[in-house]
Amino acid sequence: MRMLINVAESVVADALRGMAVAHPELTVDVENRVVVRRDAPVDGKVGLVSGGGSGHEPLHGGFVGPGMLSAACPGEVFTSPVPDQMVRAAAAVDSGAGVLFIVKNYTGDVLNFDMAAELAEDEGIRIAKVLVNDDVAVTDSLYTAGRRGTGATLFVEKIAGAAAEEGQPLERVEALARQVNENSRSFGVALSACSTPAKGSPTFDLPAGELELGVGIHGEPGRERRAMMTSREIADFSVNAILDDMNPRNPVLLLVNGMGATPLLELYGFNAEVQRVLTERGVAVARTLVGNYVTSLDMAGASVTLCQVDEELLRLYDAPVRTPGLRWGV
Amino acid sequence: MLDADFFRRWMTATAASVEREAERLTALDSPIGDADHGSNLRRGFTAVVAVLEKDAPDTPGAVLVLAGRQLISTVGGASGPLYGTLLRRTGKALGEAAEVSEAQLTDALRAGVDAVMALGGAAPGDKTMIDALVPAVDALPESFAAARAAAEEGALATMPLQARKGRASYLGERSIGHQDPGATSAALLITALAGAAEAGEAADV
Repeated sequence: MRMLINVAESVVADALRGMAVAHPELTVDVENRVVVRRDAPVDGKVGLVSGGGSGHEPLHGGFVGPGMLSAACPGEVFTSPVPDQMVRAAAAVDSGAGVLFIVKNYTGDVLNFDMAAELAEDEGIRIAKVLVNDDVAVTDSLYTAGRRGTGATLFVEKIAGAAAEEGQPLERVEALARQVNENSRSFGVALSACSTPAKGSPTFDLPAGELELGVGIHGEPGRERRAMMTSREIADFSVNAILDDMNPRNPVLLLVNGMGATPLLELYGFNAEVQRVLTERGVAVARTLVGNYVTSLDMAGASVTLCQVDEELLRLYDAPVRTPGLRWGV
Repeated sequence: MLDADFFRRWMTATAASVEREAERLTALDSPIGDADHGSNLRRGFTAVVAVLEKDAPDTPGAVLVLAGRQLISTVGGASGPLYGTLLRRTGKALGEAAEVSEAQLTDALRAGVDAVMALGGAAPGDKTMIDALVPAVDALPESFAAARAAAEEGALATMPLQARKGRASYLGERSIGHQDPGATSAALLITALAGAAEAGEAADV
């Protein structure tokens, strides 16, 4: 696998150095791996800290800025950050109004953020946590680690970020984040495996002519493998998997998300099919976002996320945002 | 009796073994995980060896507490908090004694393994590091060699299991037929412990 890197050990640090020069509106601490909006801490504003393994860009560093995250902690590729990073991030953004940790439901992310919350509270920082677990591909039972957090992370960070920007208190920002997660469902498919820099070759074998249904964003295989399907068939399968699990009565936000290696040409075509199924199933789409937002290195494929919104959530979603990866209304 | 030197040897031997086996651990992590277990642990134990050389704690408990804290600070993922907690809680249970008996080590290690089970919510049979650690602690009163054999057996025995914790659990039945990378690295840790004991015996002669 040919990669545009120096050595595997330095890919995250190298990316952060490049991000720092591209985005002077952010403070990028390359050594400690924390990305913070330049004006933090903002007086009276709740801090929003997220993070997770690298390899999902623009998630999360690309979502730092006014209207969204206050700080992000990138871990190694597909590996959660360590508590030291999160505590440092919390300290950098806390104005005294408290900090919300937005955590995707992966064992490593959960454990490290839990440890970080304890350490940050020892330092006198008020911490709340919200767990994102929107992936309907994972059987949710007492005997698994639960559903993964995927595309809904963007909606949680955007809507909670807008509420925090308005100066809403920690309890309210946390409640909104929780509501967005509860209202969201996702499903993903992979047309190819991705290659981590450390391994240098695809993390699983996916023969030509087959696809993985219900794939995650960490290069782990999905729940089921089938012969290759058309965009129309994949849209039917994905949307139906989501609607089997939720019954939206209100309009939804729709994210048609690329995994990294699928071009926009295909994503827009896929979006047309997704919208067709939603119309057939009587689901109204309030806003649509198409692009690479929660990626999985060089994996080909896409995921669909729906989030049921009321007027308040839609207003917060539409509020101005200015980050490297998401920007509107400014 | 086991002194701080013994525990330093244990950590150094674990680091050497993780370095040697990193690629195998990552290969085991590819079909059911995300192919980074070896590189993550290597980063952590390299840092452990470095900090133990720099700070040279003088009690068994302090060696393990420092090593555990270092793993939490450098590994990330689930392995960082889980291995970090194992060593920290074992170290805390050893207290401040300059030397500890093998029986004390067994009790402390059991406390460490219990803490890992509480943190990760995993039980034996879930296809995790616990499947190597629990049999090892059970066998430790017999001998270090018995603990090593039990850990290695426990790691192998994860192959037919369906994962119920960690990233492999997302694969459901598709996780069956693969040896768990976490149980495999846990067996390396116990093997290094037995190795440290044998090296100590050789030195005593």
